[in-house]
Amino acid sequence: MSEVKTVLIVDDDEDFLLQQQVYLEKAGYQVLTAPGRKEAQLLVEKEKIDCAVIDLMMEEVDGGFVLAHHLKAANPALPVIMVTAVTSETGLNFGTMGEGEKKWVKADVVLAKPIRYEQLIREVQRLLA
Amino acid sequence: MNETVNTVTIWVVDDEPGMCRGAVRTLNGWTDSFTDLDEKIVCDVLSMESGEEFLERISTEQPHILLLDGKLPGIDGIGVLEQLHKRGISLVTIMITAYATLDKAVEATKLGAYDFLAKPFTPEELRYAVHKAARNVILTRKARQLEEEQRKVRFNFISVLAHELKSPLGAVEGYVNIIRSRQAGDALADYDHMIERIGVRVNGMRKLIGDLLDLTRIEAQTGKRNPEQLDLRSIAESAAELQNESAAERNIAIHLKIGSELNITADSGEMEMLFNNLLSNAVKYNRDGGSVTLSGVKAGKNIRLLCTDTGIGMTEEETGRLFTEFSRIKNEKTRFIPGSGLGLSIVHKIVTLYHGSISVSSVPDEGTTFTIEIEDT
Repeated sequence: MSEVKTVLIVDDDEDFLLQQQVYLEKAGYQVLTAPGRKEAQLLVEKEKIDCAVIDLMMEEVDGGFVLAHHLKAANPALPVIMVTAVTSETGLNFGTMGEGEKKWVKADVVLAKPIRYEQLIREVQRLLA
Repeated sequence: MNETVNTVTIWVVDDEPGMCRGAVRTLNGWTDSFTDLDEKIVCDVLSMESGEEFLERISTEQPHILLLDGKLPGIDGIGVLEQLHKRGISLVTIMITAYATLDKAVEATKLGAYDFLAKPFTPEELRYAVHKAARNVILTRKARQLEEEQRKVRFNFISVLAHELKSPLGAVEGYVNIIRSRQAGDALADYDHMIERIGVRVNGMRKLIGDLLDLTRIEAQTGKRNPEQLDLRSIAESAAELQNESAAERNIAIHLKIGSELNITADSGEMEMLFNNLLSNAVKYNRDGGSVTLSGVKAGKNIRLLCTDTGIGMTEEETGRLFTEFSRIKNEKTRFIPGSGLGLSIVHKIVTLYHGSISVSSVPDEGTTFTIEIEDT
């Protein structure tokens, strides 16, 4: 049996954090949660993670971007999923498709809020396969 | 003073070349000031000889002010006004008339003419008529701008409100789905925390809707305001009573320093809202074991209230945007403090209603003091 993979979830909405945790644990992952960028950075210094799910809209506005950038800089192979309500709130659309976007959106997948949890699980499974 | 200079375009329609030349000479490049409106204008004049030429031109561009001769060779002044009326174009029009009859004047006014100028007139009379007309142009523009701004503010408010209601709804929906599909196990106890959270989010929504109703009531002033002689000490006591439970949970002491003789003539509902919001903030944003002091004194014909807490405080940048609707100071310290983001907007609106003022001084990690002065009406 393969070892249990660890997923880090970062979100400033504690309910959203808990709900993602429930689904990911049900899907067989070990889950670590952090309510903000600083806590997430402290966590990754101590724990080994296999995948990160980061909410974009954290207290520092661009905290999600910064965190994704740091994680990818430390470990370019780490799968990062970015979750964002930006699209539904501002109509601003971005993804990971364009070459230009890949330079600044340091994520493998961008999911728009409200996310469907089956889709989240599917993406995590795909990235960790 | 930062005056804006706007160009006001004036078209003169008259078949007498001398009239047109005179109007251009008098008005073109003429600057006029409206100090009370904080505005300066410069006139740009164009003349035409017939109503037909004017109607041709008006389909592509429009002046601010029209100087229109009543007696023109082809289509006459009234005919031009009728055409404008039909096309739904409204211009500030000054009718130039040689033999003004009352009938004609009434007809022209019905068709939207703004003013009349009887021939012959002096350059000063012409400028004075244009001055009045330009004032009307400026006021109309300002009113339209204000309306547009208000429309934007309303739209913005509704968008943010929709978002503020959507997030708790999304959270509740998420929990319901988890519970429905038994994602966390088969025992009811596995869901205790989630059910608790559903309650918290639903309460948050209820509080938001309550605050929203308070805010609308104050703004619309539709609810009957009922000024009566009030004892502020007893209002403060009931407000403190409401906060007692949450204060006791975190060992926060509430001190009231309001003499029993501090009276005000005010609406009791509004005073309750004011005190409740002040005290609830002072408790919410406090530290465990901290304190809140609410004092009130008479200051001339005003009442001065000071609400001091020993809480998390704010930076200068944060206090700057404190009174904006839905503006909640988001940082690590406020992360788990619930709030609608409307409390201080409500306080601010009430203070304005009582011709008062509110100011805030704050030191991060030491505390915040709100100073409020309201008029005893």
